[in-house]
Amino acid sequence: MPHRKSTFANLDWAIISIYLLLLFLGWINIYAAVYNEQINTIFDFSQRYGKQLVWIGAAILIAFITLILEPRFFVFFAYPIYGVFIFLLIAVLFLGVEIQGARSWFNFAGVNIQPSEFAKFATALALAKTISSYNFKMYHYRSILMILMLIGTPALLIFLENDTGSALVYMAFILVLFREGLSAIVLFIVFLVAGLFISALLVNTLVLFIALLIVTLVALYFMTPRTKDFGIVLAVLTGSMVVAWSMKYFFLPGMEDSGVFILGIAISSLLFVFRLIQKRLNRYYLLIFIFLTSLLFSFSVDYVFNNVLEPHQQARINELLGIESDPFGAGYNVNQSKIAIGSGGFLGKGFLKGTQTKFDFVPAQSTDFIFCTVGEEWGFLGTTVVTILFMLLFSRIILLAERQRSVFSRVYGYSVASVLFIHFCINIGMTIGLMPVIGIPLPFFSYGGSSLWSFTILLFIFLRLDASRLELFY
Amino acid sequence: MDAYKRRRYVILGFIIVTGVIFIARFFQLQVLSPDYKQSATDNVLRKIIQYPSRGLIYDRNGKLLVYDKASYDLLVTPRETQDFDTTLLCRLLEIEKPQLTEKLEAARKYSMYKPSTIVKQITQEQYAYLQEQMHKFQGFYTQTRTLREYPLNSAAHVLGYVGEVSTGMISRDDYYQAGDYAGISGIEKSYEKELRGQKGVQYFLVDVHSQIKGSYRDGRNDMAPQTGKNLVCTLDSDLQNYVETIMQNKKGAVVAIEPATGEVLAMASMPDYDPGLLVGRKRGHNFSLLQSDTLQPIFNRALMAQYPPGSTFKMAQALIGLQEGVITPETTFRCNYGYHMGNYHMACHHNQDFQLVGAIAQSCNAYFAQVFKKILEKPEFGNVKTGFEVWYEYITSFGFGQILGTDFHNEQKGFIPTSAYYETHVFKGVPWRVLWIMSLSIGQGELGITPLQMANYASILANRGFYYIPHMVQKIGDQETIDPKFNEKQYAVINEEYFDVVLDGMQKVFEPQGTAYWTSIDGITMCGKTGTAQNPHGEDHSVFIAFAPRENPQIALSVYVENGGGGSQYAAPIASLIIEKYLTDTVSRRRRWIEERMFDANLLNPDKPN
Repeated sequence: MPHRKSTFANLDWAIISIYLLLLFLGWINIYAAVYNEQINTIFDFSQRYGKQLVWIGAAILIAFITLILEPRFFVFFAYPIYGVFIFLLIAVLFLGVEIQGARSWFNFAGVNIQPSEFAKFATALALAKTISSYNFKMYHYRSILMILMLIGTPALLIFLENDTGSALVYMAFILVLFREGLSAIVLFIVFLVAGLFISALLVNTLVLFIALLIVTLVALYFMTPRTKDFGIVLAVLTGSMVVAWSMKYFFLPGMEDSGVFILGIAISSLLFVFRLIQKRLNRYYLLIFIFLTSLLFSFSVDYVFNNVLEPHQQARINELLGIESDPFGAGYNVNQSKIAIGSGGFLGKGFLKGTQTKFDFVPAQSTDFIFCTVGEEWGFLGTTVVTILFMLLFSRIILLAERQRSVFSRVYGYSVASVLFIHFCINIGMTIGLMPVIGIPLPFFSYGGSSLWSFTILLFIFLRLDASRLELFY
Repeated sequence: MDAYKRRRYVILGFIIVTGVIFIARFFQLQVLSPDYKQSATDNVLRKIIQYPSRGLIYDRNGKLLVYDKASYDLLVTPRETQDFDTTLLCRLLEIEKPQLTEKLEAARKYSMYKPSTIVKQITQEQYAYLQEQMHKFQGFYTQTRTLREYPLNSAAHVLGYVGEVSTGMISRDDYYQAGDYAGISGIEKSYEKELRGQKGVQYFLVDVHSQIKGSYRDGRNDMAPQTGKNLVCTLDSDLQNYVETIMQNKKGAVVAIEPATGEVLAMASMPDYDPGLLVGRKRGHNFSLLQSDTLQPIFNRALMAQYPPGSTFKMAQALIGLQEGVITPETTFRCNYGYHMGNYHMACHHNQDFQLVGAIAQSCNAYFAQVFKKILEKPEFGNVKTGFEVWYEYITSFGFGQILGTDFHNEQKGFIPTSAYYETHVFKGVPWRVLWIMSLSIGQGELGITPLQMANYASILANRGFYYIPHMVQKIGDQETIDPKFNEKQYAVINEEYFDVVLDGMQKVFEPQGTAYWTSIDGITMCGKTGTAQNPHGEDHSVFIAFAPRENPQIALSVYVENGGGGSQYAAPIASLIIEKYLTDTVSRRRRWIEERMFDANLLNPDKPN
């Protein structure tokens, strides 16, 4: 094969070095997390560190195989690979084994495989193929619909497995879409919704309404050409509120204050819209629309929170936002995690000397909460170094993605960075109490064959594509 | 494509900002905040449940009937243990080594991280010695519990006992955990929720040596325990004690009620047992001993035994007859050593005419047989079956054949037959006639009435037509009042005007020719009635109901003495003694011999063969 030498010469060894370094550090920390003074050999395969060694070995083999394949292979088989994994995701719902409440595993000869992990790179491939196709335009409705289905299908299937956390990582693809032209407004709306959701839970409904009104009025102030008009708006609003309040006072004494507010808004909105239609001032419609929808959304958050979310999900959000603190129930994991990390100090307690990890205070220590071991044994120094390593990895991947000539490779590259980033963000955020407890692994660090191999494949496909970036394979 | 090239910076910027935020957070957690470091070194969080004192129980005069004594459980968290001197521990706890090893094994199997109980209810003395040496036993710690003490050694059935909760109880009420204690019978069970208070919880920080270092978060997550509410029960403990003493060595029951309020002054089921037996470590062992005792001391006869009422039932017949107008106080019936109709014979002892008052005082069977017949055959009813159903309605309004609704949980209904019952089970389809069920008129036959219902019946007579649902508890805590249903009058459907003549009869029971003449008390007008409940397996049961004084009655009671023979042999004198003791605080000298005779009577011989 004529390209072999140049391929390997063109590989980005920076990323590969970071990859190997992360693997190594991850393995060391798993060892520390599971460490038992009585067992001496590192090759004890009944222990997790022994097993992880096997998984790492296999991962390197898989990486190698991935690099040997032709880049055209990935392009050509993008959709079929995607289809296979969709099929597997459906199959696992019926044939799968349930572990920890989620029916997301196949059991092959004693080894557990999770198709949802592998579906990530399959989706990335399919997405890259779609976006790079000839007629694709990000602003066409049909294109957007296609993308939504592409990303949404595996997410939905994983959600049906009762593995909500893994389904949520598919949100990462928004970043990819954004890079490829998705309107910034979408991102804005996502942040607005998230912000409103959190505010609605934290803050009294009426206060939130008033805050929204003030923001809208400020925006309005900058939009109206004449101050007099703005004054009229204020007057009408005040008048409507008075009318609303007097209606409550005389007719409906049982109405809550937020109800009065809504009534006042409703009256004034009617008047405004009427006026706008009269004067054909169309540009204000959007503002009113956003304002009313925000009100409605905030109002419904409570309902959704109480009636749609499951109790353990409610508890985790409560814990995160500090609404309810239950250090021995729902908040136990995070509490112990923060304690473990916090107790590391600047330099950490030293290798194998972490008391919290040693005494097993932190649950899921070698998987979801592996970062605690880093924090406790390597201290601030350790956590910062690992974070910087990941930052370097993401930056490098993005840099490489930008230098791709083919859209396919670029899109795929951004997918890799986004997926890895969201895992990093949620996993570490969860251990330090900045994210709700969602069980997803830290890439290359957490114990587990499925996640390690799927991340390896995800990354190395990109490395392979990058190595051939100067060739015109697609 | 390239139009969006600048977005790479946005995305990259977003990622970098996230990284920076995380690093800042690390700084905050690891370098700045000393809390976490502190928490970690102290980080064994120990949750200690604080069991509150259980409510005390007083009698109506303020005498303490039940209180709490502290006891301690020893628990261990296996992971925290290190090598320790097992011999010493065994010695301190006064248990054998194999026992200790077994418990430790079980604890390890259950969980290395969670505490398990090793020994329950260590006495205070053992605890004192143990505490001195606790530092030698890492991973072990004590939890305080309370045990009940019964200073007066009486009213075992009424007070009930406390034992470990069953799995059924735990699933019905998640307040309980395995190993908790709750009331199993009597007041302890009926008022469990009020007596148990509310468990508290304290979180402590314990270091690696299992020594308590302080409160977690200054006790912010702690909850103070609330002691249980004290109860004042309606018993008069002096009276209760007297009743138990005078009924010693006999089987049976006594229930005494205050008619004006329905409060139960005394309730005894004999033989009884020392309530202190069912406390503490020996409870299980003692309980099986008591259960296997053939005299059945655990069985609460006052609430659960169903006896035929015997002649005491006659007043109810009289009242129904008067109300229905089939007899008047002057109506006369003949007793020819009984009542005979064709082939039917009911035996009696007299050879004379009787009117109502005399028939009650001398307990004439023939009289009441004929009253009963007149009621059922009253022309307005059309047929005997309807008449019987009317009779049944009257009888159940006296509180017979149903649950009265007391604050005891194991009240029995008793049994009053219905016409359907006779058709199906007794006469099996053959249409029955009055003569076939005449024995009901004198309180024999298919009747089952509990001593409580009998005492309640005496209450109805005392009040001339109504009763208050009998109850055991007067006051809960400081302010709460009891269930309002105990303050509502329950009416028997007999008009008040008919009672006087019946009470005349009951008063004459204590006069010459009355069946209980020899038990009368000077200076107190008692009303009562003897009864003899037939017992096919041996000596008949002696029954008596009474209340006193006739005007403004203070006490109404029922006395059953199994195998006591005629009603006037044991039940009547015992009832009169109880009344005299309650009303005058003493027994008059001329009656001391009766008292002595009753104290000494021992009727616990096995039933004579039939």
